[in-house]
Amino acid sequence: MLTLERLVLSQDDFLLTADWSVAAGEKVALIGPSGAGKSTLLMALAGFLPPAQGRILWHGADLAGVAPGDRPLTILFQDQNLFPHLSLAQNLGLGLSPTLRLTPDQAAQIDATLAQVGLAGMGGRKPGQLSGGQQGRAALARALLRARPLLLLDEPFAALGPALKAEMLDLVDEVAQATGAAVLMVTHDPSDAKRFADKTLLVADGVAHPPVPTVDLFANPPQALRDYLG
Amino acid sequence: MASSAFKISPAQGLSIVIAALILGSAAMVAAWADGFALAPADWQALRFTLLQAGLSAAVSSLLAIPVARALFRRRFPLRGLLIRLLAAPFVLPVVVAVMGLLTVFGRGGPINVGLGWLGLPEVSIFGLHGVVLANVFFNLPLATRMLLHGWQAIPSERFRLAQSLGLPPSTQFRHLEAPMLRAQLPGIFAVILLICLASFAIALMLGGGPKASTLELAIYQSLRFEFDLGRAALLAAVQFSLCAVITLLAAKLTLPQGFGAGLGRSMDSPAPKSWRRLCDVVAIAAAALFLFGPLLAVVIKGVPGLAALPNGVWPAVLRSVVVAVVSALLASAAALIMATGAARNKGKAIELAAMLPLAASALVLGTGLFLLVRPWIAPESVALPITVLVNATLTLPYLFRLLLPEARQLRADYGRLTASLGLPRRTRLRFVTLPRLARPLGYGAGLAAALSMGDLGVIALFAGDGGATLPLFVQHLIGAYRLQQAAAASLILVAVSFALFWAFDRLGSYYADA
Repeated sequence: MLTLERLVLSQDDFLLTADWSVAAGEKVALIGPSGAGKSTLLMALAGFLPPAQGRILWHGADLAGVAPGDRPLTILFQDQNLFPHLSLAQNLGLGLSPTLRLTPDQAAQIDATLAQVGLAGMGGRKPGQLSGGQQGRAALARALLRARPLLLLDEPFAALGPALKAEMLDLVDEVAQATGAAVLMVTHDPSDAKRFADKTLLVADGVAHPPVPTVDLFANPPQALRDYLG
Repeated sequence: MASSAFKISPAQGLSIVIAALILGSAAMVAAWADGFALAPADWQALRFTLLQAGLSAAVSSLLAIPVARALFRRRFPLRGLLIRLLAAPFVLPVVVAVMGLLTVFGRGGPINVGLGWLGLPEVSIFGLHGVVLANVFFNLPLATRMLLHGWQAIPSERFRLAQSLGLPPSTQFRHLEAPMLRAQLPGIFAVILLICLASFAIALMLGGGPKASTLELAIYQSLRFEFDLGRAALLAAVQFSLCAVITLLAAKLTLPQGFGAGLGRSMDSPAPKSWRRLCDVVAIAAAALFLFGPLLAVVIKGVPGLAALPNGVWPAVLRSVVVAVVSALLASAAALIMATGAARNKGKAIELAAMLPLAASALVLGTGLFLLVRPWIAPESVALPITVLVNATLTLPYLFRLLLPEARQLRADYGRLTASLGLPRRTRLRFVTLPRLARPLGYGAGLAAALSMGDLGVIALFAGDGGATLPLFVQHLIGAYRLQQAAAASLILVAVSFALFWAFDRLGSYYADA
């Protein structure tokens, strides 16, 4: 379980507070106007921004001081999720062995995972030779291999068209099922939240509100959400 | 976590080493200096140093104006090649250029033969004007590239507007080009002044007697021939202070960029015709002749000599290549560590340490190290290691400046991904940093190797009999007036320098593409 305990994030004159939990395996969408702090919250969870106050707990243990790579999570950034000079197999391999010394078993595992996300036989290609959708699949494949119990998505599919994005969300769903991971996904599109997330939380006016069931939130939107949806 | 506050990163450690080396040499020469009273000959050297550097910087900057302007507004075949070749003197060994200038301007050279036909007296290339001539040969291309960059930075919309208003060229110059020149010229002057203040090899070969001796040359002479350590140390202290002061003053100016000068957009508007066109043609042709004439002369004179190379040339080549390769590897490794370190840290300390060698000169560092090792071992027995160390240190600022923006970009693009994957230091170096920075690293290592290959500075201070590098070998041949052999050996020196540059540069691209 991920717990944000009276968390306060601050950057220059920006301030964001949060005080809630996400259970194992839950899928949560973060929605709200741009600049409200959705990405900032994810960066803090991933270990790139130390909290000004409060704590981030994983199963009751404080994550303060834990290096980004040692946290129980995988994060997909808006872009630059793959190293352009490494092959797909190498990019995925970094998820299994940070030294890239792969056993034959691990190599086979990489091939199988590529096939699982629909990239069978493409292990030798460089990211530049792939489409945007295929790059997203490759990044998700690495998340599958890392199999961390928490998956953070900072709008990695924002540049894709609606059909492709829907496909990606289905794949995220599969990955979450396979690894049993909880998912926190930033989005600015209500239909993403409705399609994918059990719960949705609203980030607005310096507060990341506690997650509530997505259906309830959109059935009875608070004022801030009404302002955002227009 | 308390211990991590005192942990020193490799970049910080290197910064301390560099600072210790530079400031330690300065402290060493200050401690050894014979009081602080300059003898009349020392004042003479100081005056001459300032005079030749000031004249060289002024002449180079001023002559660069018409050349850069002509290159900016004219389009002609081979223009791109010419602009690229303007970068070559940066890595051209000084002895080779001097060899070429001697061939063209020396006794029996085409200039004096021409003067003889006209019934005019011969000119001598030795002395102040020879030193300035050689400095201009090296720095006119540099100034031209920097100014060309300035011209290209003027938005083309301004020129279009000026032309649509029908402003004559003189008005255009006043409103568009003169402000750019006012902004750029002080920085260009300062950069060249700093380069020429450390003039050693040129003064060694073209200076004439005690009246035309720079501080660097005077250091060398008092150390090598008079064994007057106190005086050498005093002169080194003066030289260091001079360069440090000018570096600090120059740091306040906006320093122009020299390397990045591109070939430019196409000019949308036609350049002026008639007599202005003629002026531009003359400017470009004269500059090209001045730069390539001497090199051509070396080729013409040297090729027949290749058949009968003097003894000892190949061992000298071998020594030079070893020195060049080792110091290029050292300098690149140091620049890589410091640039990635500086990209990680917010503080300026690492950046400052990496730029510190700009204030030092080969002979100051050499004198400091000479005084340091002399009580323990014979200086000539460590001539090559010390040459490697000094060359690597002096080329570090150039490599660091090449790498820093790339290292910052790498961190901005992939720093978070690298951290989120928890890659250990070795993996990060092998799979992320090296492949991403291979191109500038290869280019920088090539520059360092070529500079080191052609360097004639600290080796002259340390080399014993039979321990010469190739540039020192060529200088000895010139000193003995064996000019054909010197020209032939110069050709080998140029070929090896550019081969080393090419090899490192290719290696970088190959690694980046692999």
